[in-house]
Amino acid sequence: MNQESETEMLKEYAEQEYKYGFVTDIESETLPPGLNEKVIKFISNKKGEPKWLTEWRLKAYKIWLKMKEPHWANVDYPPIDYQGISYYSAPKNASEGPQSLDEVDPELIETYNKLGIPLEEQEILAGVAVDAVFDSMSVATTFKERLAEKGVIFCSISEAVKEHPELIKKYMGSVVPQSDNFYAALNSAVFTDGSFCYIPPGTKCPMELSTYFRINEQNTGQFERTLIVADKGSYVSYLEGCTAPKRDENQLHAAVVELVALDDAEIKYSTVQNWYPGDKEGKGGIYNFVTKRGACRGKSSKITWTQVETGSAITWKYPSCILQGDNSKGEFYSVALSALKQQADTGTKMIHIGKNTKSTIISKGISAEKGQNTYRGQVMIKKSATGARNYSQCDSLLIGDKCGAHTFPYLDVKNTKSHVEHEASTSKIGEDQIYYCKQRGISEEDAINLIVNGFCKEVFRELPMEFAVEAQRLLEVSLEGSVG
Amino acid sequence: MIKIENLHVEVEGTQILKGINLEVKAGETHAIMGPNGSGKSTLAQVLAGHEDYEVTKGKVEYLKKDLLEMDVDERACEGVFLAFQYPVELPGVNNTYFLKSALNAQRKYRGEKEIDAMEFMDLISDKIKLLNLKDSLLKRPVNEGFSGGEKKRNEIFQMAVLEPKLALLDETDSGLDIDALRVVAGGVNTMRNKENAIIIVTHYQRLLNYIVPDFVHVLVDGKIISSGDKNLALELEEKGYDKIIEEAKA
Repeated sequence: MNQESETEMLKEYAEQEYKYGFVTDIESETLPPGLNEKVIKFISNKKGEPKWLTEWRLKAYKIWLKMKEPHWANVDYPPIDYQGISYYSAPKNASEGPQSLDEVDPELIETYNKLGIPLEEQEILAGVAVDAVFDSMSVATTFKERLAEKGVIFCSISEAVKEHPELIKKYMGSVVPQSDNFYAALNSAVFTDGSFCYIPPGTKCPMELSTYFRINEQNTGQFERTLIVADKGSYVSYLEGCTAPKRDENQLHAAVVELVALDDAEIKYSTVQNWYPGDKEGKGGIYNFVTKRGACRGKSSKITWTQVETGSAITWKYPSCILQGDNSKGEFYSVALSALKQQADTGTKMIHIGKNTKSTIISKGISAEKGQNTYRGQVMIKKSATGARNYSQCDSLLIGDKCGAHTFPYLDVKNTKSHVEHEASTSKIGEDQIYYCKQRGISEEDAINLIVNGFCKEVFRELPMEFAVEAQRLLEVSLEGSVG
Repeated sequence: MIKIENLHVEVEGTQILKGINLEVKAGETHAIMGPNGSGKSTLAQVLAGHEDYEVTKGKVEYLKKDLLEMDVDERACEGVFLAFQYPVELPGVNNTYFLKSALNAQRKYRGEKEIDAMEFMDLISDKIKLLNLKDSLLKRPVNEGFSGGEKKRNEIFQMAVLEPKLALLDETDSGLDIDALRVVAGGVNTMRNKENAIIIVTHYQRLLNYIVPDFVHVLVDGKIISSGDKNLALELEEKGYDKIIEEAKA
């Protein structure tokens, strides 16, 4: 699209009524609500994408049009008006691209500071490269040089499209195809940005990688895409953390995360998710409909998903592993908390294809107040997966008597020379346990934290140290005042 | 230390304690004996502050304060310790971590500096030996998978670390074999001093051979019917509760 037609398009939109005011003072270029081919072309053009990608998006859009929103999950929410969402928003001066933090809009830096993640400090102290996503647009990437020394590529998807098109072409959509599900198709059509990571053969990534997702723009659906490729014999640990400022409108988030592990490679993907869950009535929270999947494509490869979910009004999320390579391993460790009126339907899928593939599922669901927590897990052992093994353990903890826990394990075993084990438990924090703690001098709130942390221990120890501390703190904050 | 006056307690509408009067001074050890269902454990629980027990009449003064006004954790921080008859399991909660949290909560209440893990390990090393606890027990979740004897020893271990002013031992001897009984009693005895007091609730006399009380009270049907020194316990053991009850009535 040339300059002229773009101006025309903007003019066209400008004539429509703006429904919502801007949230921060940063000048955003936000498309008015609505989705059609023009919008997709606008996004693609705005990002200066090659033609193949524009086509790829349009194909996804056509698939999406034919799909129906899934309603099998154990969650309940009013219908989403997909034409009522704005599909593009980016800080205005982004096209020039800041070369360093100094060039970043000070307002933006201020917002980060308020959220407690000053980039400068992280850069120096934490030794973590941060690819910060602010309203769909990466504005700052740090530590790139140190990673580049090792040949590690860590950048935004948009940048990767320009700089490493061969990798993007080869791997994007190879784990989660456009047609995978309703939300994945939507994401494929309109994704705005996200992170890309490539670890070259035999390389151990020299630092933990992390991306902080923020949702700041009101009523702007967030459609992030993350792609991580670990080449033969490489290792990477990736941390994802989310917080969002308080908002009144329900916000849709439909991300796609794809992981690819080749021969002997290992990917650890850890998430501490703390999106706004909504108020006591469940109003204003984030809808989190995310597709996360990893492919253990090579022999003896390994993918570990660890997640601590405390946020969102509604969570619909099943980080999965396709265990294709012989002797490959998939692990899923999860703590999901539903308090207030939160609804979480989460779990995993382990698909065993290769020989002697192994999977472990440890799921800890905590329900408090009026929270509803559902574990939904599928273990599929294909005919080819001789010697496959799975161990699943799903525990639920109830706090109070207005909440609920539900477990739906699905097993599909096509190979008789495999071994599947499933354990499940539901327990309640007993009055007697709290009394016992209190009799030793521990306050009721601390007693609950103590018991909850004990319950989650098996998952917390899978998290990187500083993340584990953060996760514990997050649970404490989330449970504040939920009892007594 | 503690003065109980005309204490009446109900549980779910049933009157259990019907006017208890008891004064325990610092440095004293009192034993409360009685048949099953007499209200012994109720007394221990109501002093600790269990919610299910409703005080309908009477008052309890503890260190010049109104004990019944305080919440459970406040009482604990003020130095009231209950060794549970049935210690509660806390799955996943590390035993050492639990005890450190408890100690620090109490220290904080008293305006003292919280202690770190290293200082804590120093502090407990002697007490572990005193109660002959296995190292593995400290690393396991609180009371989970403990044998009956281990649970009781763990209770007394907690008591040794928290150093309460008033310890309530609720049937601490039940489920203990003779060797464990000796260890537990030895632990309690080393803690006895002029500053603290102990109330032992027990059905049998045998614990009192090891922890010799200054006073023995017989509790029957929610009332103390007889009080005396350690010989009263021996008499009880010999004659049985029925006889003592008859004598008291006469």
